[in-house]
Amino acid sequence: MGIAPILAVTQPAFWPLTLILFLPAIVAGILALPLIPRGKDDSIRWVGLATTIVVFVLSLWMAVPAIFGTGSAGQFTVGEAGMQAVVDQPWIPAFNINYLLGVDGISMPLVLLTTFLSVLAAAASWPIEKHVRPYWILFLLLETGMIGVFVSLDFFLFYVFWEVMLLPMYFLIGIWGGPRREYAAIKFFLYTLAGSVLMLLAILMLYFASDVGTLSDEQLIASHVVSPVLEGAERTAALTAIHSAHDAGKPVHTFNILALAAIGQSQNSPFAATSFWGMTLESWAFLLLLIGFVIKVPVVPVHTWLPDAHVEAPTPISMILAGVLLKLGGYGIIRICYPICPGAGLSFAWLVCGLGVVSMVYGAFAALAQKDFKRMVAYSSVSHMGYVMLGLGVWSAVDGHGYQWDAWAQGVNGAMFQMLAHGISSAGMFFMVGVLYDRVHHRNLEEFGGIFNRMPLYASLAVAIFFAGLGLPGMCGFIGEVLVTLSSWNYSRLLAVCSAFTVILTAAYILWAIQRVYLGAEYKGPHGDHLTPMTRRELAIAVPLVVLAVVFGVAPQLIFNYVTPTVNRQVETLAEWTRGHDGASAPAGAAASTDPEKAEFQAAIDSFSVGGGR
Amino acid sequence: MNPDRNLGALLNGTLHDTLVVSLPHFRPELCLAATIVLLLLCRMVPLLRLVDSGFIALGGVLFSLFFAWDDILSLRAGAWSSSIGDLLAGRQELFGGLLAFDSLTAYIRLLLAGFLVLFILFTKVSGIPDREDGADFYTLVLGATLGMCLMASANHLLMVFMAVEMASVPSYALAGLLKGRKASSEAALKYAVYGAGAAGVMLYGLSLLAGVLGTCHLPTMARELAALDAMWMPGGTGLALAIGGLMVAVGLAFKLSAVPFHFWCPDVFAGAAAEVGAFLSVASKAAAVALLLRVAFGLGTTGPGPEHVAQMASLGETRHFIVGGIALLAALTCTLGNLAAYGQTNMKRLLAYSTIAHAGYLMMGVAAAVALAGRDAEATRSAVAAVCFYLGTYVFMNLAAFAIVALLRNSLRSEEIASYAGLIRSNPGIVVATGVVLVSLIGLPPLAGFVSKFLVFSSVMEAVMLGAERPLMLVLLVVGGANTVISLFYYLRVLKVMTFDPPPADRTADAFPLVSIPGALVTALVVPVVSLGIFWSGLYAFARFAGAFAS
Repeated sequence: MGIAPILAVTQPAFWPLTLILFLPAIVAGILALPLIPRGKDDSIRWVGLATTIVVFVLSLWMAVPAIFGTGSAGQFTVGEAGMQAVVDQPWIPAFNINYLLGVDGISMPLVLLTTFLSVLAAAASWPIEKHVRPYWILFLLLETGMIGVFVSLDFFLFYVFWEVMLLPMYFLIGIWGGPRREYAAIKFFLYTLAGSVLMLLAILMLYFASDVGTLSDEQLIASHVVSPVLEGAERTAALTAIHSAHDAGKPVHTFNILALAAIGQSQNSPFAATSFWGMTLESWAFLLLLIGFVIKVPVVPVHTWLPDAHVEAPTPISMILAGVLLKLGGYGIIRICYPICPGAGLSFAWLVCGLGVVSMVYGAFAALAQKDFKRMVAYSSVSHMGYVMLGLGVWSAVDGHGYQWDAWAQGVNGAMFQMLAHGISSAGMFFMVGVLYDRVHHRNLEEFGGIFNRMPLYASLAVAIFFAGLGLPGMCGFIGEVLVTLSSWNYSRLLAVCSAFTVILTAAYILWAIQRVYLGAEYKGPHGDHLTPMTRRELAIAVPLVVLAVVFGVAPQLIFNYVTPTVNRQVETLAEWTRGHDGASAPAGAAASTDPEKAEFQAAIDSFSVGGGR
Repeated sequence: MNPDRNLGALLNGTLHDTLVVSLPHFRPELCLAATIVLLLLCRMVPLLRLVDSGFIALGGVLFSLFFAWDDILSLRAGAWSSSIGDLLAGRQELFGGLLAFDSLTAYIRLLLAGFLVLFILFTKVSGIPDREDGADFYTLVLGATLGMCLMASANHLLMVFMAVEMASVPSYALAGLLKGRKASSEAALKYAVYGAGAAGVMLYGLSLLAGVLGTCHLPTMARELAALDAMWMPGGTGLALAIGGLMVAVGLAFKLSAVPFHFWCPDVFAGAAAEVGAFLSVASKAAAVALLLRVAFGLGTTGPGPEHVAQMASLGETRHFIVGGIALLAALTCTLGNLAAYGQTNMKRLLAYSTIAHAGYLMMGVAAAVALAGRDAEATRSAVAAVCFYLGTYVFMNLAAFAIVALLRNSLRSEEIASYAGLIRSNPGIVVATGVVLVSLIGLPPLAGFVSKFLVFSSVMEAVMLGAERPLMLVLLVVGGANTVISLFYYLRVLKVMTFDPPPADRTADAFPLVSIPGALVTALVVPVVSLGIFWSGLYAFARFAGAFAS
């Protein structure tokens, strides 16, 4: 691709999205040049922090037009369900691989979460004194990788970004981590790579089974296989080329995630053909992809890399790991697994839900048993991400429920909310642990106590964040958990009871930790004289997290305004697909009853808002 | 008819075939041969002895590169597009059917010539060979490359044998280049003994095949095989063919360093200079893979076109046999190479096992290509293109890896992995370069090694989806995937030592900085590893062009 076609790009979102995506990597490349002399570590830190801030502001410009004035081309329209700000440039024509980016209500908030947490993690990276330059280079590369996964709509591109994250993370844990860092780093790498290889096989499987020639003209344009920019004769020529290739028996394969989803949901989907050992192709693809994603989530029994990685990673990297990296798995399931392999999603719903509940309960019990403060927080992540799995998995829009999709939509909305809320609360919890560790250099829950007396401001903020993690009503953790639990009632009473029961366990381990760490008469552990108040830098990180945890708790529609339209549309489409899949005729009253139910659901969401105005 | 006139016509025909048809397509090889002669002549004239033989070799190779490029241009008409018909006209038999000239020949020759240019520059920077040994060294290298070019174009079993020997014999001498070192001599001896054994077995296999089929000309053999298939294997014919085929496979496996004929490889790589390792690991491997493609497609397929459909169908059994053999060897080679690399403490030995493992991945691509042949011409072409693309990126990855080993040896006086400890402190640039190369060898994006692996795996997956040898291909996919994961350990271990571990207390000299001539060489080799991972359309178009030979 030469310079000229790039400059001639007419897609308005090209530069904003490309900058958000690649600015960190470009700055990382510049930092690698010896422009800043040795010893000027602070300059490097400022450059890194400034980069993350610029990227955050850019993404804010895109995602929240209300702040910057609406109307600019390339900005995100809140409340619209479809894919927006799509960028589509050819990359490898021989394999129909495109530089295809875009955001919708599912990915936009996650991009914002990523850029926001990157700023905070960058600020939290100040105490890192060892090898400052490589640290910041890797940190910025990691940011590009994370954003790339959320905005890629081409499966090949998605995979590239998915893998690009691994190496920086390996070194960030392996060089700047705690005592068992090498073990933790290689374990993280190995688990994720194993999952990625399976994912690659699934990608290839879907690619070779796909044929965009089976799609209608509208679908081809909607999924950007044929660029909507093309007009008149060019468009006709592109469409004709695809259809004539199809008619000639030469399928045109694709990596386009939107097109794959359209193919997967079509009648007579080629993915539904039986392939190996009596299972359909989409079942295999779904399982392979699911393994790849749940390793990242992580889900019991493939979660064991997480406590090690979290405990050994330095504080800012723990924040990124818990806040963003775990969300990649959930995002992959909601963006790829379900839309592309709906048949398998339907038949494996019990598996996804079961995995979710098992990790929910197991993670909570494991958190109860921990002596290490950070390990406890790590296991709480396993438990909390279980809610995400359960919420995504409750495919309750089936025959027995008259294809009512609202309960399921509630679950998926809850899961999305839980991902974002957990991004805030877990990053906050890890940061709070890090603040303490920086002072007393241990994390032994048994040796804390009395922190409230020594650091009252810190302790109040920390307790607030821990309450958010606990799921206290009025805090962000509550909304997601309650929506998921409610929705699972419709799917399976047993799962709902388990997930409600986990709330008690969560309260138990968090309250117990608060009691052991912050309450008590006086601190008797080592380095007691180092318990100085929080610095301004630390406050600047902690306060936004606490504020957001409260704001999202009282005004959840701030998030739902983004998420709900897209999620509802996807769930509605899949519910319709289920009806067609079953071949059952629609119950007469079902269609009519949809609208009031939808309104009721919206009312349920709104009822969570206590003070926030719409 | 008058015997004299008959003889005259024969002579005339041969002369025409040689001078008009064959020699114009043989210019790169002729250049290499002329350079060898020039190198030897220069030693006899005292004044010319002052000229550095490296530059003479470089000049000759540049000519050869130019002609190789010219050959590609001559074939190119319409080749960038996917239309196959235009290219098949490019296939010509040279020297009475001994050699075949087509897109694969042209691609591999360009690859080898290009590699030689980089390789000679690398040896000039690294200082091995010294001035004294230069003429010998470059003569041997060019001679071996000449053999490799013949391997890539062999169309006759006799030529296969000749080419393999011509590539191997200079390599034996190269392995023993470090004359004072016992390990080097031992490596040379081991290599020679192994090579002689493999060559003997191969020759016996050739004679069996020739005896049963009555010819050594590969396309004719395929036609004979197709005719045999119709009345499947009377008496012991089938057995003789199978044994003959397996014996030929021994010779090929030796050149590919495929398990279980790989034992020479780690010892030779560890004993010989890193420069020789680079040559053997890249050039020899590329030629061996090309030869494997030649033999597998030569025996397993007939020409294209409707008149051959029946023959292609009746060769199905032969292809099944070939695919089974290659797939089995590929799976074994890949797995054993990766597992054996674990325990290595010497960087050259580790790279030797890495080379073995990569031969396995390459053979997976060849197996997929043969499995797809006769099913889907376009998919076959893609599979061959995947292998050719892999070879193209492999040049940069492995040459860079060995260049780093050689240059670090010059400054650190050691090739042990442990001696690289903590290099990140003093030489971050070199460590980053090494990291890029090793990560590319693992096959992680966005580096060239990932794209190569992606292409090979996608061809194997395509074979699965099209139902060509499905169980075998599934096994290959699983083995390939698992191997990617296990190979992570040992490549990362090197990086771990370089970055995480503290430097040894007794280190006297630092490694070379990135801003220096050696550093520039490493950079020049590493940049393509990155850029071919991101913008791979260009090289892939070339590879698809090479892949046209199969369809």
